[in-house]
Amino acid sequence: MNAGAGTEIRTGFYICHCGQNIAGVVDCPAVAEYVARLPSVVVSRDYKYMCSDPGQELIKQDIREHNLNRIVVASCSPLLHEHTFRHAVEAGGLNPFLFQMVNIREHDSWVHTDHAAATEKAKALAYAAVRRVRFHTALETKRVSVHPDVLVVGGGIAGIHASLTLANAGKKVFLVEREPSIGGHMAKFDKTFPTLDCAACILTPKMSAVGAHENITLWSYSEVVKVEGYVGNYQVTVKRKPRYVNEELCIGCQECIRACVYKEAKFPDEFNVGMGKRKPIYIPFPQAVPQVVVIDPARCLQVKSGKCKQTCVEACADRRAIDFTQREELVQIKVGNIIVTTGFKLFDAKRIPQYGYGVYPNVVTSIELERLVTSSGPTGGELLLRDGRTPQSVAFILCVGSRDYRTNRWCSRTCCMHSMKLAQLVREHTGADVTVFYLDIRAPGKGCEEFYDKSLKDGIQFVRGRVAEVTDWAVTPEEEGKLVIRAEDTLAGLVRRIPVDMIVLAVGMEPQSDAQDLRRLFNMSCGTEGWFLEKHPKLAPVSTFTDGVFIAGCCQGPKDIPDSIAQAGAAAAEAMALIDRGYIEQEPNTAYVVEEDCSGCKSCIPICPYTAITFDEAKAKACINPALCKGCGTCVAACPSGSIRQHLFEDEEIMSEIEGVLSHA
Amino acid sequence: MKYSYFPGCSLKGLGRAYEESLLPVMRHLGAEMNELDDWNCCGATAYMSVDEQLACVLAARNLALAEKAGARDLITPCSACYLVLNKTKHYIEDSPAIRAAVERGLGAAGLKCEGTTSVRHPLDVLVNDIGLDVIKEKVVRPLKGLKVAPYYGCQVVRPYATFDDAWNPTTMDRLLTTLGAEVVHYPLKTKCCGASLTGTLPEIGLRLTYILLKEAVRRGADVIATICPLCQFNLDAYHHQIEQRWGPVRIPTVYFTQLMGIAFGLPAKQLALGRSFIPFRMPSAKAGEAVAPRT
Repeated sequence: MNAGAGTEIRTGFYICHCGQNIAGVVDCPAVAEYVARLPSVVVSRDYKYMCSDPGQELIKQDIREHNLNRIVVASCSPLLHEHTFRHAVEAGGLNPFLFQMVNIREHDSWVHTDHAAATEKAKALAYAAVRRVRFHTALETKRVSVHPDVLVVGGGIAGIHASLTLANAGKKVFLVEREPSIGGHMAKFDKTFPTLDCAACILTPKMSAVGAHENITLWSYSEVVKVEGYVGNYQVTVKRKPRYVNEELCIGCQECIRACVYKEAKFPDEFNVGMGKRKPIYIPFPQAVPQVVVIDPARCLQVKSGKCKQTCVEACADRRAIDFTQREELVQIKVGNIIVTTGFKLFDAKRIPQYGYGVYPNVVTSIELERLVTSSGPTGGELLLRDGRTPQSVAFILCVGSRDYRTNRWCSRTCCMHSMKLAQLVREHTGADVTVFYLDIRAPGKGCEEFYDKSLKDGIQFVRGRVAEVTDWAVTPEEEGKLVIRAEDTLAGLVRRIPVDMIVLAVGMEPQSDAQDLRRLFNMSCGTEGWFLEKHPKLAPVSTFTDGVFIAGCCQGPKDIPDSIAQAGAAAAEAMALIDRGYIEQEPNTAYVVEEDCSGCKSCIPICPYTAITFDEAKAKACINPALCKGCGTCVAACPSGSIRQHLFEDEEIMSEIEGVLSHA
Repeated sequence: MKYSYFPGCSLKGLGRAYEESLLPVMRHLGAEMNELDDWNCCGATAYMSVDEQLACVLAARNLALAEKAGARDLITPCSACYLVLNKTKHYIEDSPAIRAAVERGLGAAGLKCEGTTSVRHPLDVLVNDIGLDVIKEKVVRPLKGLKVAPYYGCQVVRPYATFDDAWNPTTMDRLLTTLGAEVVHYPLKTKCCGASLTGTLPEIGLRLTYILLKEAVRRGADVIATICPLCQFNLDAYHHQIEQRWGPVRIPTVYFTQLMGIAFGLPAKQLALGRSFIPFRMPSAKAGEAVAPRT
């Protein structure tokens, strides 16, 4: 009891009704009455909304009028209003840490139905806090400066937009992309809904801008492998995979590709989702950024065996950009904020065997169709069946791997619109009859309902019902040689068999397969479905539970291009808010060493996750750097002599709180 | 390995060829099959649709007998029996009313059903217990050049997909490949064979059977392999009527155990091949011209 040592403890207690959120279950006046009789309590009130201005005013006024020196508020989660009340306490003239908050909403009224028992629990929690707060001391928050650089992880449309927003504001950005080029999924699209404007035409200017921006350091073909530190001061290790081509020297002339000892492109090409072919040395796609070739180590003879004529090196001649001595490199950078935009992966259609993907060649996924109708695709934009014929009839199956309890329960949000866009392109390219099998058409975006309407008017057939199977057995002559869709038409009340030439599976979105590794790497959380979890679903949609780490785009959940861009902009703005303020205030809940008790055993040093503890050789004592300490408490628990203590978690504070919960009557 | 064996009525009647090939195959693999003493009708799907509770009591008696005999696994080759016994186990577990009825009924006979015996299909036991490597060792006459349409029928995978995928089961495909046969792509592998509709509503039932046969022929199969006695009967017995309606779609249908017996080199007589209406012969018997180059 240092602050106020010798002075009498005078506590004010306030219980919030939170409208009916708390008062609907907990008898608030009864709790206030109970607390009023406790030792050291001078004022005890219940009030409808403590977080309102009049509610806060009550606290300030009571501090002045009743000379209070401790405050306890029983209301919602400290995550929501601890700052509000600390601020009110401070405005009333007290140190903000002479305050304790009790959560009787999330921990009590929202999770219990027995009113009497919930009221008793509220009393127990209030008693514990009133006992604990006696031991609180005045503390100061500390300010830590924020490193002005930002790391953006993932170079899809979200990462590109976040990087450009920050860079245009004068912030230095490191953009790390796993693939040899930025562009992500959007680079593979032909057109975008609902405007049918060319995807490349709107994406590639942004990609080039990233490549050329003086404030952006683009590291493609690289991955983040380690993240240390904390908000404002992250140290990040990036692994730069060898592309066997010097990025500074290569000008993208592609002479080396033409000269490769493989005369024909024979390996499946990632950009065309395996439908096109490329050589071991390649450029991912014409507009790739950086415009630098890459060598696939799994295919290149020189990398694999060291036995190749190296015609590529010859072709590169004096430029000498090809460098087979390149090795994996680890680079360390310092940044203040991190924006994670790692995107999604597409559902593997083979997981639903009854749709025949991988069995029937003319069953394709929506992204495959996207490549088949685009002029940069493997067929130059001509939509053909695998045997070279033009399809006369094409069917789309929606919700493949979405809205299905057997696979993924969520709606992937974009597939309805994406499929309708593709349906229009199919009509444009081939004049084929198009049938769309759907569960519900979800077209809520701007201009999307109008697009649906246009699709209906254009003669695209819509059949409502989940398709049972795709098969190739015929029962009528018209079905011979065709793929047959068997589905219940739930509007007509019929089971239908519809023969078509080509079937497009609108595969849904899934979290990346390494989402769990990324989650651990950046210290984020995932929801039950595996998407990265935002701090608050409404109020903090791009923040995570780790300060200074933000998320945007489809890594947070399925969304379309405009929503991804909006989130990316929001994440960039959140990062800028921290950078431009220049400092962050850290909770004073740090650990400290009581030197006279420390034996210098050093057992605390290796267990600190933030390397905040050093050994003072002169004094032979452990020494904690408060700027690095995050208040996790590990050393406090581990110290064999009990000589490490922690502000706001002092032994007597915790013990009296526990005793309070257990002994309230 | 010791297994309790519940033949059901089919394997003693129309489906005798199934039992007559299953038992020697199991013996050949060193598995002992002990027929359940005093077993009774499983009730089939018919009784279930008339009175669920009583049907469960009837079926549960077999489970109780198996438990009394200390059986861990009860091998049940007929798909209908397999489904009814599994369904009964589920219902006893999930429905207090059915559990009470079963306890009352069996109690009167001094029996108890606690659900300790697993109801297993021989296909599951052969592939997942005994194993394809053991089976492969026993193959002395690989079914080279034989193109087989693997036909599972509906009941063994639906509604309880106990040992394989409900839509695209592959256990028998893998077994047949192990025997050296060539498995044709047969997407109708779990479609309805017509079941009892071939007798009651022949227009519908026979059409279903016809589609199965026609597609097997179209895909170049020499033979259809089945795991269910009713499927085998429907696919084998109605060729005359089907031909009258839609023209010939002649293809034999055998039990997978018969093909195993052939591959194991067991005498054809032991395998009851002569019991089918449409006779089955190995293609290699046709002067080898149908033998596909297989490695």
